[in-house]
Amino acid sequence: MKKILSIMVRNRPGVLSHVAGLVTRRGYNVESIAAGPTENNEITRINLVVSGDGPILEQVVKQFRKLVDVIRVDDLTNDEPVTGELALITVRAEGLRRAEALNVINLLGLKLSDIKEDSLTVLVAGTAINVDMAVNGLKPYGILAMARTGLVALSRPPAPSQGS
Amino acid sequence: MKAKSKPSEKKSAAGAARGPERARQTRARAVPRNGAQTIIDFLESVGVEVIFGYPGGAVIPLYDALYDSKIKHVLARHEQGAIHAADGYARSTGKPGVVFATSGPGATNLVTGLATAHMDSVPVLAITGQVSTTSLGSDSFQEADIYGISIPITKYNYLVKDPRSLPGILAEAYRLTAYGRPGPVLIDVPKDIQTTLIDPGNLLPDSVPLRFEPTPTPDLRALEAMVEAISISQRPVLYLGGGATITNTGDDIVKLVEKADMAVVATLQAKGVFPDNHPLCLGLPGMHGSKYANLAISESDLILGLGVRFDDRVVGNVRRFAPLARVVHVDIDPAEIGKRLPVDVAVIGDLGEVLSLALKRLKDNRRPAWRERVADLRASFPMAIPVAGKEIRPQAAIKALSDRCGGKAILVTDVGQHQMWSAQYFEADKPRHFLSSGGLGTMGFGLPAAIGAQMANPGKLVCLVTGDGSFQMNVQELATVTQMGLPIKIMLINNGCLGMVRQWQQFFFNRRYSQTLFDYNPDFVELARVYGLKAERVESPGKVAGAVERLVGGKGAAFLEVRVPRDENVLPMIPAGMGQTDFFETEEGGN
Ligand SMILES: Cc1ncc(C[n+]2csc(CCOP(=O)(O)OP(=O)(O)O)c2C)c(N)n1
Repeated sequence: MKKILSIMVRNRPGVLSHVAGLVTRRGYNVESIAAGPTENNEITRINLVVSGDGPILEQVVKQFRKLVDVIRVDDLTNDEPVTGELALITVRAEGLRRAEALNVINLLGLKLSDIKEDSLTVLVAGTAINVDMAVNGLKPYGILAMARTGLVALSRPPAPSQGS
Repeated sequence: MKAKSKPSEKKSAAGAARGPERARQTRARAVPRNGAQTIIDFLESVGVEVIFGYPGGAVIPLYDALYDSKIKHVLARHEQGAIHAADGYARSTGKPGVVFATSGPGATNLVTGLATAHMDSVPVLAITGQVSTTSLGSDSFQEADIYGISIPITKYNYLVKDPRSLPGILAEAYRLTAYGRPGPVLIDVPKDIQTTLIDPGNLLPDSVPLRFEPTPTPDLRALEAMVEAISISQRPVLYLGGGATITNTGDDIVKLVEKADMAVVATLQAKGVFPDNHPLCLGLPGMHGSKYANLAISESDLILGLGVRFDDRVVGNVRRFAPLARVVHVDIDPAEIGKRLPVDVAVIGDLGEVLSLALKRLKDNRRPAWRERVADLRASFPMAIPVAGKEIRPQAAIKALSDRCGGKAILVTDVGQHQMWSAQYFEADKPRHFLSSGGLGTMGFGLPAAIGAQMANPGKLVCLVTGDGSFQMNVQELATVTQMGLPIKIMLINNGCLGMVRQWQQFFFNRRYSQTLFDYNPDFVELARVYGLKAERVESPGKVAGAVERLVGGKGAAFLEVRVPRDENVLPMIPAGMGQTDFFETEEGGN
């Protein structure tokens, strides 16, 4: 099982050490972690994708809630959250294969970020599926380097008609 | 003790002060105080009476500020001693214990003490000096990243980087130690922050302040389910943990037990909350619990855990623990629910509140059959002390101490066999009167913790039961005992070995006593005398009572070495990970 958590923390020095420390200390299986500022610059949002069995995942949420700097923890897994991820991929592109690679890049609608004689770097932005697709599409040409941000997620704002 | 244990609720840091504090605060407002003085002012303002510590380069300003203060300081002989003393102070009162240490080695010497307090949820405020902010991170002299080091062993910690944030941090940190589930909090204060003047009119406000929300009231549906579970149960067992001590709910627990005829087992952290001499008290559960306690658990149809962790030393094999029972768990910390053992009913909240709500709803429900069965189990498997031959049985010596103290003493233990024998044979009938490192099992905890307990309870009898291994881990604190004139009574159970480990080697490693037998030990009686204590040794069973009388009855600090055989074991014993009925009962380790 997998959980997507949104953890809002006080932007204090050392807060990331507390969060990372908890993950390693308790041996949680973290697939990705992404931290960044929110609309309030005193608060950081950490998106965490963790895997494990049910009771462990329940513990993860409780243990994070216990951290003093944590303001709130939301489990977005069942919320169909809005998610996004960013990746930079450098792919080999020499000779004849260059045109082929460019073809794939166009087909997937990826943005070129850097062009070298023997390689191309593209920027992928989208859902995790978009990023996986780009990775799979470019793999045959040889991926030279890659940087993924990890998943960021927001719960969907409630539909306006529901408001009273 | 009641009055003492209540933290003086004079005011929060920002609140209004009375008497001399007001004068001091007014002065503080008029004349800016430096960081070190701000710390001392704050500690005075919240009513701290004793600080345990050890000076060094990075806390000279702090000690300089302390020089003018009315707060007492206990100069330990090792920072580990200082923090265990602060811990013992806190355990015996419920008030936060305060410890100072310098940067680098001073701070790292606190590590074991922080972890010990953390595991047993003890409120301790540690303030460490640090190199100046200008040299932080450059491997300067006596720099150690105690902030990073202490993250996993504190409830929370701070590195002060801006003097304007210090007052806010002090107030928050102090409050955090005892808020909710208590624990140790560390503040690392660079030396330049200690010497910088802080203008009270120009502080750095916390933009997202910590909210100390009151403990949520327990969920009524869960509470009803708990009451229902108790009502329909026929063989209920109450399993008490440290939470019962922290919330001081002994009276309500007695009421609950008498209303519902529950059998009671108590962990080391709960010993004394429910009187040991009550017919329904079965003492310690788990690995070294009595046979009757563990059999009651395995026969019970309801385990009601109050402020417990379902620790592996109690539960053993999760699948075989109380196989017939529904499990109800009450705790203030939601993360404890279901951590090790799945539970049927969970009530999250303050134990005091949960109990008083439950008592109102619970009807009298006598269970004569269960009472009888409990009495039966007790009679069939008594915790008998093996008969003395020519040598003293350690259990008998501890029992003699217990008899002499008659429930009046605070007993502190170290870690090992003597600790388990103390849990088994020393009777406690009040909370905070049995102090022992349970969760971490820290050898060397005893002597300094006894110092802390005696500082907090000057008029009270404080005894220490220690072992020849543990005692030497912080033996230097005998100097502190003498310097402070503390009348602590020390009983050293000398078996010439690391008994508890030797026992495991006997049972599980074919008697291959690798590095557990001491070929040399100092003359402990001489050692104690050199440190200024009255001391004697006892070697024959007939002389124990007299020696204990002189130990406890005399004035001032005293020391008694009890010579016991090497091969005594703590029995019964359930090997780690086994079920509640898998006892080792004999010296051979079989059953
Ligand atoms: C600091 C520390 N180191 C090692 C241990 C492992 N240990 C547990 S009990 C024990 C033996 C304790 O010996 P002693 O204090 O003489 O007590 P006894 O068991 O003989 O009563 C040891 C080494 C520990 N608990 N703490």
